[in-house]
Amino acid sequence: MIRTFSFLDVVFIVSALRFTLALAGIAFCGGALLGAVVLVLRVLPLALLNWLAAGYIGLLQGTPLLGQLFLFYFGLSIVGFNVSAWFAATLALSFYASAFLAEIWRGCVQSVPRTQWEASAALGLTFLQQLRWVVVPQALRLAVPPTVGFGVQVVKNTSLASAIGFVELMRAGQIVNNATFSPLSTYLTAAACYWAICFSMSRLSQRLERRLHVAH
Amino acid sequence: MNYSFQFGALAPYGDLIVEGAFQTLRLSAITMAVGLAIGLAGALARTSRVAPARWAATAYVEVIRNTPLLVQLFVVFFGLPSLGVKLGAGAAALVALSVNLGAYATEIIRAGIDSVHKSQVEAGLSLGLTNLQVFRHIVLYQASKAVYPALASQFILLMLATSIASQIGTDELFHAGAYVDSRTFRSFEVYAVITTVYLILALIFRALFGALHAVAFGPLSRRRR
Repeated sequence: MIRTFSFLDVVFIVSALRFTLALAGIAFCGGALLGAVVLVLRVLPLALLNWLAAGYIGLLQGTPLLGQLFLFYFGLSIVGFNVSAWFAATLALSFYASAFLAEIWRGCVQSVPRTQWEASAALGLTFLQQLRWVVVPQALRLAVPPTVGFGVQVVKNTSLASAIGFVELMRAGQIVNNATFSPLSTYLTAAACYWAICFSMSRLSQRLERRLHVAH
Repeated sequence: MNYSFQFGALAPYGDLIVEGAFQTLRLSAITMAVGLAIGLAGALARTSRVAPARWAATAYVEVIRNTPLLVQLFVVFFGLPSLGVKLGAGAAALVALSVNLGAYATEIIRAGIDSVHKSQVEAGLSLGLTNLQVFRHIVLYQASKAVYPALASQFILLMLATSIASQIGTDELFHAGAYVDSRTFRSFEVYAVITTVYLILALIFRALFGALHAVAFGPLSRRRR
């Protein structure tokens, strides 16, 4: 018996938002940590490490996230981990985010004038000290808006985790649709949830960009 | 780890995967053309003097860019039939992907048009060019040069995103992979091969866009790398 799409279904879909947000939050943090490491390898004055980092970024940016999700999901169990969809999705999204964040941040680091590096080198700072005390504080201001903007991509891309069976917003929508068979109301409700989150993040990113740009 | 990889099990399905890759190329190429056309129209609307056109274009961009492609595909494929619009999986994917790419292209092209300095337009007008001539020869040429890199990487991202259309059963590379997986049960091997094919396609597109840039605007500057 097919029941009708009701307010309770809306509540069910909206409440699944917490899994979407949790997945996005963890993946974003994991991606940021990993991305910071990749960034250092990418800008370190060692050609071999630069290539390695560039290859890592190219590999993740040149393959579809859906493929990465499936590879993590099936690959980790081959290595001997009994993975849940939750774990595989978190890991795949973290790696995916790390490549994009490293590339975004590299642009910001490279936009800091060369003279800043030279001046801090003349003061006797080591490479990591230069990065930590001179370059990153200046690059950070530039990096905040696009980083928040990329957060929108992470939130949207969590919807792909539904393909490996992780119950988040999109999967909740599919479950509701299977019971009520009202696809239009169901998926528009899901779309509205995503939109509310992503639109506020986009706006935040734009506002930060305007504010942080004033002193330039 | 006691798993023996059997890539050989996929060999009988080689044709299917190649066929899928061609379907992906076809889907991507059509989407790029349609998306670019939508983007151009959208950018014109966003910079137009007619307020309602501006609002409509802004709403379009903000709605599409802030919702996942997967949801858009589901709305078009599963949702629209309840309004009487029935599309096959291929057509639905084409519509959803084009509308999606169109929104990103609108924003990119608009930024390009904005980047052309006002004095350029004034100079063109004072030389006696018509509005349309100024747009075509001065604004569009410089804007396209400015937006080319961003547009090219958006196109490559779109090509990768066509894989998401497999979720509504569109005939393309990822869908072919899922079929082979269901026949062979060599999931990891299948998706490793499929993902590698996407990587190759992405590299081909990148080389192609680089060559196209060299033809249209001279070699891509490597200074920033």
